[in-house]
Amino acid sequence: MALNNSLLGWRRLVIDVYNDYNYYLDLAVPPGGPTTLVFFTNKPRKRNIEALKTVLRNAPISSRNQMVKDAALNVVMQVLLSMKSSQIEEAVNALDRDHLDILMKYIYRGFETPSEGSSGQLLAWHEKVHAVAGVGCIVRVLTDKKRV
Amino acid sequence: MPESLSFGIDPITAHAWNKDRTKLAISPNSPEVHIYHFQRGEWKLEEVLKEHDLKVTGIDWAPNTNRIVTCSADRNAYVWTQSEEKKWKPTLVLLRINRAATCVRWSPLENKFAVGSGARLISVCYFEKENDWWVSKHIKKPIRSTVTCLDWHPNDVLLAAGSTDFKVRVFSAYIKEIEERPVSTSWGSKMPLGLMMAEFSNSTNGAGGWVHSVNFSSSGDRIAWVGHDSSISVADASKGMAVSVIRTDFLPFLACLWVSENRLIAAGHGCCPMLFEVNETGKVHFAGKLDASLKKETSGVSAMKKFQSLDRQARTETNDTSLGTLHQNAITSVCLHTGNKANATKFSTAGVDGLLAIWDFNNLESAMRGLKFN
Repeated sequence: MALNNSLLGWRRLVIDVYNDYNYYLDLAVPPGGPTTLVFFTNKPRKRNIEALKTVLRNAPISSRNQMVKDAALNVVMQVLLSMKSSQIEEAVNALDRDHLDILMKYIYRGFETPSEGSSGQLLAWHEKVHAVAGVGCIVRVLTDKKRV
Repeated sequence: MPESLSFGIDPITAHAWNKDRTKLAISPNSPEVHIYHFQRGEWKLEEVLKEHDLKVTGIDWAPNTNRIVTCSADRNAYVWTQSEEKKWKPTLVLLRINRAATCVRWSPLENKFAVGSGARLISVCYFEKENDWWVSKHIKKPIRSTVTCLDWHPNDVLLAAGSTDFKVRVFSAYIKEIEERPVSTSWGSKMPLGLMMAEFSNSTNGAGGWVHSVNFSSSGDRIAWVGHDSSISVADASKGMAVSVIRTDFLPFLACLWVSENRLIAAGHGCCPMLFEVNETGKVHFAGKLDASLKKETSGVSAMKKFQSLDRQARTETNDTSLGTLHQNAITSVCLHTGNKANATKFSTAGVDGLLAIWDFNNLESAMRGLKFN
């Protein structure tokens, strides 16, 4: 063959392995994330907002364990998708800026793995969070090294 | 209405004023630097400085010694001096960097200048009389990524640098060959060259975005920076390096400038300069948009416009594609125009839309009711 395949070996290199994402993290990572995740099923109206606050407060941002993060994502999705459209605005107003940033991160992660009717509901959440927190919140989803 | 000057369609990557603000040096996103002169009521192109090979990334004009320093992506910097025939003559400065230079700043006494670069170091350059050339000294540790912005402390020794490793650092750029030992400041007392006096992370939990601009206040005690995570932060050395951050709702800022000891301007991708204030406890808060008065007032859509848009674009709504702000694209740099950092009355902004606007606080004060400028 005319092509020298040995010189193309670099094409099979996965550059992300060599990219040390933790290069810039100077803080020690707290051990684990939430180890027990409580599943909320039949929630009365007020507890929805409390549930949302709890999951956002305990969001495993610093954790490097992808399974912990995925489990947390599932819980947050459950909470977000089970809340009625009328409650969304009330819930968003009850959160502070940091939690809104974390919520927006989860909304975008939820968009990544759509399920039946989830995207529509998430869009409603997105609109309400954007109305309160502005574009800055979305920019922080994109720039924050700590993915949710 | 802020005064606005249009320099064509090319983005303005950097701009600098001379001492009496009659001349302006801009770089229109190319290897050239254009010098404009204000004569008989209009800005005329006086000279084009063509020495760099690649895009010019930074320009600074020393007001007292009347020298211009330009740095470029071609890893060089030139110091331009004006000869008797009023032509600008370049002198090459050997920065000894192997990556592009990103920003350049004259020190307050104009005896040296600092250049930030993608080579993860800062070159501090001074003129050596014996050999008649500019010598550079490097500040390397512990910078881990490209230096994006620089600013000097009023004492001519300390230098703040923001970088893409999400950190803002204050270094000592003391060159013993050309200056006396500096007196101690709130940042520290011992200041050998290259010593890092303070380091701030762009975000409290270790994340955050690139630092786009850093600025010392007029007293030198406070330092403000803006990051790509739409945040603006102020650190105060006189209060034990206390940092106050706000994560704003706006698009990220690209430039910031102190206009008094307690007020600063930030402008960037939102195309609108914003005013921020620091209160007595050191907390930053948003004080107002400086471009709010320019929303086009069209009281009802005229029939002519409606049919025109229907004819041309086949649509009945006539919302413009132009922004409600003066700048139609991101603002890349902010410079002091009149006054100083302790008390500025005018500042200039230049953007990707090729527009340079001069904002006057006196006019803005009357336009913004309810905000007191003291």
